[in-house]
Amino acid sequence: MIDDLNDLYQQVILDHSRSPRNFRALANANRTSQGHNPLCGDNVTLYLRFEGDVIREITFQGSGCAISKASASILTECLQGRTKGEVEALFERVRAMLTTGQVGGDDLGKLSVFAGVHKFPARVKCAILPWHAVLAALEGKSDPVSTEEGGD
Amino acid sequence: MNLHQPQTPPSEPPSASPLPPTVFDWEALRADFPILDQQVNGRPLVYLDNAATSQKPLAVIEAIERYYRNDNANVHRGIHELSNRATAAYEGARTRVAQFLNARGPDEIVWTRGTTESINLVANAWGAANLRPGDSILLTEMEHHSNLVPWQLAARRAGARLVYLPVTGDDGLLDLSRLDALLAPPVKLFAFTHVSNTLGTVNPVSALCARARERGIVTVVDAAQSAGHLPVDVQAIGCDFLAFSGHKICGPTGIGALYGRRELLDPMPPWQGGGDMISSVDFFESQWDAVPHKFEAGTPNIAGAIGMAAAIDYIEAIGRDRIFAHDQELAAYAVTGLRAIPGLRLFGPPEHRAGVVSFLLDDIHAHDVVTVADRFGVALRGGHHCNQPLMRKLGIVSTARASFYFYNTAAEVDRLIEVLIEIRKFFGGS
Repeated sequence: MIDDLNDLYQQVILDHSRSPRNFRALANANRTSQGHNPLCGDNVTLYLRFEGDVIREITFQGSGCAISKASASILTECLQGRTKGEVEALFERVRAMLTTGQVGGDDLGKLSVFAGVHKFPARVKCAILPWHAVLAALEGKSDPVSTEEGGD
Repeated sequence: MNLHQPQTPPSEPPSASPLPPTVFDWEALRADFPILDQQVNGRPLVYLDNAATSQKPLAVIEAIERYYRNDNANVHRGIHELSNRATAAYEGARTRVAQFLNARGPDEIVWTRGTTESINLVANAWGAANLRPGDSILLTEMEHHSNLVPWQLAARRAGARLVYLPVTGDDGLLDLSRLDALLAPPVKLFAFTHVSNTLGTVNPVSALCARARERGIVTVVDAAQSAGHLPVDVQAIGCDFLAFSGHKICGPTGIGALYGRRELLDPMPPWQGGGDMISSVDFFESQWDAVPHKFEAGTPNIAGAIGMAAAIDYIEAIGRDRIFAHDQELAAYAVTGLRAIPGLRLFGPPEHRAGVVSFLLDDIHAHDVVTVADRFGVALRGGHHCNQPLMRKLGIVSTARASFYFYNTAAEVDRLIEVLIEIRKFFGGS
């Protein structure tokens, strides 16, 4: 039981939720997007400086649970310098990991700390929220993305 | 700990579990709720999400089963025996609800799917006949979305406006100093909750209704959190409409009722059309049935109504004054324990609180608190509790909430406090 909890709330996750990295607005951002989870009221705003096909800089702001905040924080660390295609491929890998718990190789790096989330189905959407937001930003969509189709 | 000294002897013990005449044995009632006796994540279940929905006693489960096994048929149209039985049970349940609320008669009770549909019915049918451009609807800042969104829709349809009676802050009381100024033309209707599902505040409903009545303003009371927990007498309260749900009073989901004063229900137009709500239908025009049937289109939730009546029998045998005293003692006991936890922010009134306790633990998000509590077998609710405007007013996005019912015990409150202390440690609190 406590093992499950330690899988979900790994030290890395707790550390990032307490001291999120790249937690600020980006003055020269050319892409921004918002993610919203209407069930918990969580909000994340992502700021990207996206040049050519590469994310040169990425930061975030917002409020949320430990899982969503750590997910956004680690995402900003992992996506600096990545191309749109790389981010899309990574997203598919992360989504598979969140729903099956399978990491599959070591190229996910720090993102693999979220593998324990799959034992907590209600929390998968917390981890995935910033990913939906970053994909929307890369598509150039300005409408806020939501974890729910309808809302509460 | 002796949680409650009964003030009155039990009136009519439920046949399933005879109650001792002097000391009320709350623990013994737990045997009527098989669901409570289980392990969750390897720990005994502590169910503290009763404001979301209550658990169901065997008496209710069996009443529904009995109906489907023996009496199932459609109502109001059959000549055959089963239809007669189903109709008698369904209309008998309506009479039971009327007694439960002390309405003047069963024709003041409309069956609905629950509190939300009851309020939508008033917002649609009363609203269509009475709301005009320039009118206002007075609500309070502590309303559940179900007593807020239907009025936003009604106001938009009519060109009317919403006005809010403020909440004082973390103490969660209505700012009654503003009432006289706000309860005035062009306000046509005042809708408010009896008990707040987030703050546990018990509003002075009789006084609010009396003030509105003096000014000719129609009142709607949301009794979702009160009807199964404290005595609710519509004539003593003096409201025009009152809404509540079966599933929060030990009954099934998908059934609820609207009380409406006959004088107001009669002239209201129907809001849904179909079978069972007409007296005659032509190709181009129809005549409506009398109230309450005019508001009940289609085959109703017959088993739900029967289950809800069985739930009313069950909780009336305990007595709602006794249930409320038990709720309040558990809440007060929980508040004492919660206040002793460093870094805990408590919401709601310091005293005279219903069995609902909302809090935040340090800066730990409510969903993290609820996820970890669940691993210890404790079922809480975390989120905005369908109270987003109130959350914004309090400057927060969510709270964790424990809500009690008569089958909860002081030992379960102790367990809640222990688990919250563990959660603080887990997230690195000192």
